[in-house]
Amino acid sequence: MLKRTLHAFTTALKGLTITLRHFFAARTARKELDIKQENYFDKQQGVTTIQYPKQKIPIPEVARYQLDVEIDDCIVCDLCAKACPVDCISIEAIKATEAIGKTSDGSVKRLYAAKFDIDMAKCLYCGLCTVVCPTECITMTNNYDRSFTDPSDFIYKFSKMTEEEIEEKRADWARFQAEKEAAKRKT
Amino acid sequence: MSFYVIYVLVAVLLFAFLAGFTLFAVYAERKVAGFVQDRLGPMETGKFGSLQTIADILKLLQKEFISPANADKILFAAAPVVVFVAVYLGFAAMPWAPDVAPAALNLGLFYVIAIISVEAVGVLMAGWGSNNKFALLGSLRSVAQIISYEIPAGLALIAAVMITQTLDMQELTVNQGILTNERLLFLGFWDVSEIGGFFAWNIFQAPHLILAYVIYFIASLAECNRAPFDIPEAESELVSGYHTEYGGLRFAFFFLAEYCLMFLVSMIGVVLFLGGWNSPLPNIGAWKLATWTTGMAWGIFWVLAKTLLIVGIQILIRWTLPRLRVDQLMSLSWKVLTPLAFLCMVISGIWRIMVMVG
Repeated sequence: MLKRTLHAFTTALKGLTITLRHFFAARTARKELDIKQENYFDKQQGVTTIQYPKQKIPIPEVARYQLDVEIDDCIVCDLCAKACPVDCISIEAIKATEAIGKTSDGSVKRLYAAKFDIDMAKCLYCGLCTVVCPTECITMTNNYDRSFTDPSDFIYKFSKMTEEEIEEKRADWARFQAEKEAAKRKT
Repeated sequence: MSFYVIYVLVAVLLFAFLAGFTLFAVYAERKVAGFVQDRLGPMETGKFGSLQTIADILKLLQKEFISPANADKILFAAAPVVVFVAVYLGFAAMPWAPDVAPAALNLGLFYVIAIISVEAVGVLMAGWGSNNKFALLGSLRSVAQIISYEIPAGLALIAAVMITQTLDMQELTVNQGILTNERLLFLGFWDVSEIGGFFAWNIFQAPHLILAYVIYFIASLAECNRAPFDIPEAESELVSGYHTEYGGLRFAFFFLAEYCLMFLVSMIGVVLFLGGWNSPLPNIGAWKLATWTTGMAWGIFWVLAKTLLIVGIQILIRWTLPRLRVDQLMSLSWKVLTPLAFLCMVISGIWRIMVMVG
């Protein structure tokens, strides 16, 4: 019993010296946050806390965080929405009566993007959508810390079309279809 | 009339001091916990989080009083008050400086030990009144623990009292420094009545009191329900023990009592073993360090400094050692601390007769 008590005392003292050492080591914070720097692991003594919004860990140059869409380059092919494993991309296309322009890499655009929403609350950052995109208009950015109080704000809307424009383009297509039908019937 | 004004004033002053101490101690506890674990602790409220506990107490003050539907309303409401008042009354006999003590009781130590025991009643009231199994189990554990550990604590204190031959806290302190009329012997052979300093402290007058102090310190941790003896509040098993059902101001009172008790038991240890308000600096020849650093302001400074150091050690221990099991807790008290405390008492008796008198 006495032996065990003495053992308890010595181990308790050992523990106290360890905590005391950490207590005094807390006068300094760790000096290097960027793991790419040399001697990174030699500069980790002291407080490890990173006071997040004021202090940030450097991110890689090709960081793959939140999605961004360059809608002018989009041909509304819907491949990204099909590739998405969690269905966080929803696209609504309206057919145009003729080619409406070209993307920056020369693809011809024949569809209007009436709706191009990405629900970032659902997104799992797999990057499959960026792989399948034929015009490379959907990309992952280095932005990782946008937060909102309202969950519906997580649905990023990329379509630039207004309600009137959408109505107009729909009407245009309907008229075009009707004219084609009429032409068919005449012949 | 002015007699009563002074009484009330002293009481208010003591309460203000204790409230301030609690706010500081909770902040210190969280900071120490952070630093020990390589974190920062509170940082956002005020500079370095210094206003954190004030914000906490403001939040607690605004909260609603909630009593569980099947609780015993009277016991439930009275428990936090009983727990705090028991600790608060203990401060009545504590000496702060030469001739400065709220009450000069010639049974001071006995009174303090007795009044602290009342806390166990308050804890049991809280546990029983809550009508909650966690609260009841927590309070049962707490009471069993407090009662068990009062025995080694009391015996260790008696070992010191046998050396000093008084229960008066003020006299106990005087007999450990240069203001004494008695003959003080460092380790039993060197007269240090004129030298004072730490040589004249009880633990150095009779070296076996170092063991007695260690026993008392461990037992006092258990009496405060502090880690590693915090099974009454073991979060992993009992939610938060006897104050599971409490919120708002009532919970704040339990918290206040816990931290005041930490201060009180540390102060008792300081007064009995570590020289109370006596300076640790000895008189060396022409350098009358002890004489220069004895007085009212110095006395308050020394007693505060020593007590806060002990409280700091208590906090550090909490963030170092894991919690003891119930059986380990009891076997430590009954099989180790109590026999050792008896041994200290026996040595004290022999020391008194053979060394101090003979």
